[in-house]
Amino acid sequence: MDMEREEKLYMISAIVEHKPGVLHTISNMFRRRGFNIESISVGVSEEPDLARMTITIKGDEVVVEQLVKQLRKIISVVRVSILDPKHTVARELALIKVNTPDSKTRSDVINYTEIFKGHIVDVAHDSLIIEMTGDSEKINAFIDLMKPFGIKEIARTGIAALPRGMRSTRME
Amino acid sequence: MVLMSGAKALIEALKKENVKVIFGIPGGAILPVYDELSKESDINHILVRHEQCAAHAADGYARASGQVGVCMATSGPGATNLVTGIATAYMDSSPVVAITGQVPRTLIGKDAFQEADIIGITTPITKFNFQINRVSEIPGIIKTAFYIASTGRRGPVLIDVPRDVQTEEADVEFNDEIRLRSYKPIYEPHPLQVEKAAQLLIEAERPVIVAGGGVIASNACQELVALAEFLPAPVATTLMGKGAISENHPLSVGMLGMHGTVAANHLVQDADVLLAVGMRFSDRTTGNLKTFCPNGKIIHIDIDASEIGKNIRPHVPIVADAKRALRAIYQRLVEKAQKKEKTAWLRRMQELKEMQEEVVKSNVGGDGIKPPALMVEIRKILPNDAIITTEVGQNQMWAALYLKVYKPRAFISSGGLGTMGFGFPAAIGAKVACPSVPVVDIAGDGSFIMTEQDLATSVAWKIPVIVIVLNNSVLGMVAQWQRLFYGRRYFAVHLGGIPDFVKLAEAYGAQGIRVQSLEEFRRALKTALNSDVTTVIDVPISSEENVLPMVPPGQDIRNLMLS
Repeated sequence: MDMEREEKLYMISAIVEHKPGVLHTISNMFRRRGFNIESISVGVSEEPDLARMTITIKGDEVVVEQLVKQLRKIISVVRVSILDPKHTVARELALIKVNTPDSKTRSDVINYTEIFKGHIVDVAHDSLIIEMTGDSEKINAFIDLMKPFGIKEIARTGIAALPRGMRSTRME
Repeated sequence: MVLMSGAKALIEALKKENVKVIFGIPGGAILPVYDELSKESDINHILVRHEQCAAHAADGYARASGQVGVCMATSGPGATNLVTGIATAYMDSSPVVAITGQVPRTLIGKDAFQEADIIGITTPITKFNFQINRVSEIPGIIKTAFYIASTGRRGPVLIDVPRDVQTEEADVEFNDEIRLRSYKPIYEPHPLQVEKAAQLLIEAERPVIVAGGGVIASNACQELVALAEFLPAPVATTLMGKGAISENHPLSVGMLGMHGTVAANHLVQDADVLLAVGMRFSDRTTGNLKTFCPNGKIIHIDIDASEIGKNIRPHVPIVADAKRALRAIYQRLVEKAQKKEKTAWLRRMQELKEMQEEVVKSNVGGDGIKPPALMVEIRKILPNDAIITTEVGQNQMWAALYLKVYKPRAFISSGGLGTMGFGFPAAIGAKVACPSVPVVDIAGDGSFIMTEQDLATSVAWKIPVIVIVLNNSVLGMVAQWQRLFYGRRYFAVHLGGIPDFVKLAEAYGAQGIRVQSLEEFRRALKTALNSDVTTVIDVPISSEENVLPMVPPGQDIRNLMLS
């Protein structure tokens, strides 16, 4: 059967049992089967014994279909769905530490942060930490903007995503 | 609720799963369980001599009986010695439950004596694994473990039990509840897919069925034959599917793939519709994937959705139990079409089967004992219900090609992992499961020596099996590849005719017989069949023998080397 062999970025939402070892099982499967994961984020879901995992992977339809099947095969994985980007809210959080040796740079960085609706969460003599949330493109754009000032450190969470409106990845 | 120790709860839970036998070796971290086991008359414990054999024996028991096989080992090296056996069972979807001792909870993660992270180690080679944290969890975990191992696509499950959980006492409740949020194997085929499959098969002029191990696992052999006869379609099998159709059946064309028969390989390549059931299109079966079944529409039935589309994208995918899917397709065929009689396609099958017979004949003449002829002799002497296990390499492929099997679960071989040393302990396990039928391990000298220490187990526990060692003093399959593809540069394959297998057998109190001719072999095998002790028959063969036919790796499976 014909399937799209064009590579693009897919978002996959997996509801998994919130138990020790589950993340290991899943990441081990990715390694074992050679899936190249762009990002993975995990946190407790609306039910305390379940965690929601958001996985982004660059690949074609065949690869993604196989990844979903392999995920569903894992017994601790409760539900897996491919998120449609058009109907999904996807956000990432980044903490970015930027050099601000003088007041000119400092005010420039603060200005940009405001334009991007970020927050300054730490102020030191010669650096600032900016908290930025948004989709990955927005964060990438902001990071590019900060590069000339001198980025000291970046921490990114990976993407967390939910389908919009009444669509649901919950267990019925 | 009953107050009892973890060890006692474990044994009680195993009894509720109807466990009759455990293959294992004790050690410090599992001793409380062994102490309980010593008081138990319903479960027989068979002490093996290496934990790898405990796992293989449990696997052989499972494959011969269709029931879950159980093995047990202590923590650390006991557990890691099980690993090859667990991986073997995983690759061939065999229901095995492995129970390992673990260091006490307070010492886990502290690199304690005989501590190994067996949960981490076995995650990629088990269907699921558990570490027990509380005594109260034991009944539920054991029940769930057996359920997972024996349903859906079967496979091994490991349960790791810290030593202090074994000794702790707590209130335990036994019930039949299985709490799994998402594990629901799909058994029923989708009617729309069944309809599509039936339509393709009705329109087919050159249909072929390929049956894999899943047909045997789901007891779908009758359904397979009924469907094949109705179409009618030649039936090829994978190594794991050998026995799914009697190899005496007129529609049986033998094994497909790298060492496939002339008929199986050509028919599959020429098919216009290929019905693949309970098989996974492994590289050894398909050869070059790009040229596999080039003009055929493929219907793929498998209970594991992840197998569908993994190696081959089928035209009609059916996620279902093989038995139910085959039955559903058969019913639609009967409703919609007439049974066909002798077709041109069957005449073609007959021609190709005759060509295969010629290959057999051209490979049996000459001096000394020829392995294909030996296989034919073995078949003549063994009763039809005898169980044959194999080691891995040339012995395995000769058996697969030339030793006909007439019923399911009568051919037990390490197909996926290809584990040398599997056949002998698997034979012990099969014999424990089926004590009234002869069990024969077709071995090579290289494989047998990997687990021969368990001759001690078979003698001490009076589990008589027959080991036929095709002794060519080399690692035969490796030598064959070096001969064919590495310019005869033989390296690291010479075993030097060591040991003397007759003396080796005798050292263990087993019977050893060396034969020099087919006539002597016949007598030796008859002696072995009438013996109540394990017999090793040493059969010297030439180190220059090739397993033929053979398709060079990665090529179109029509490219069969015949001589």
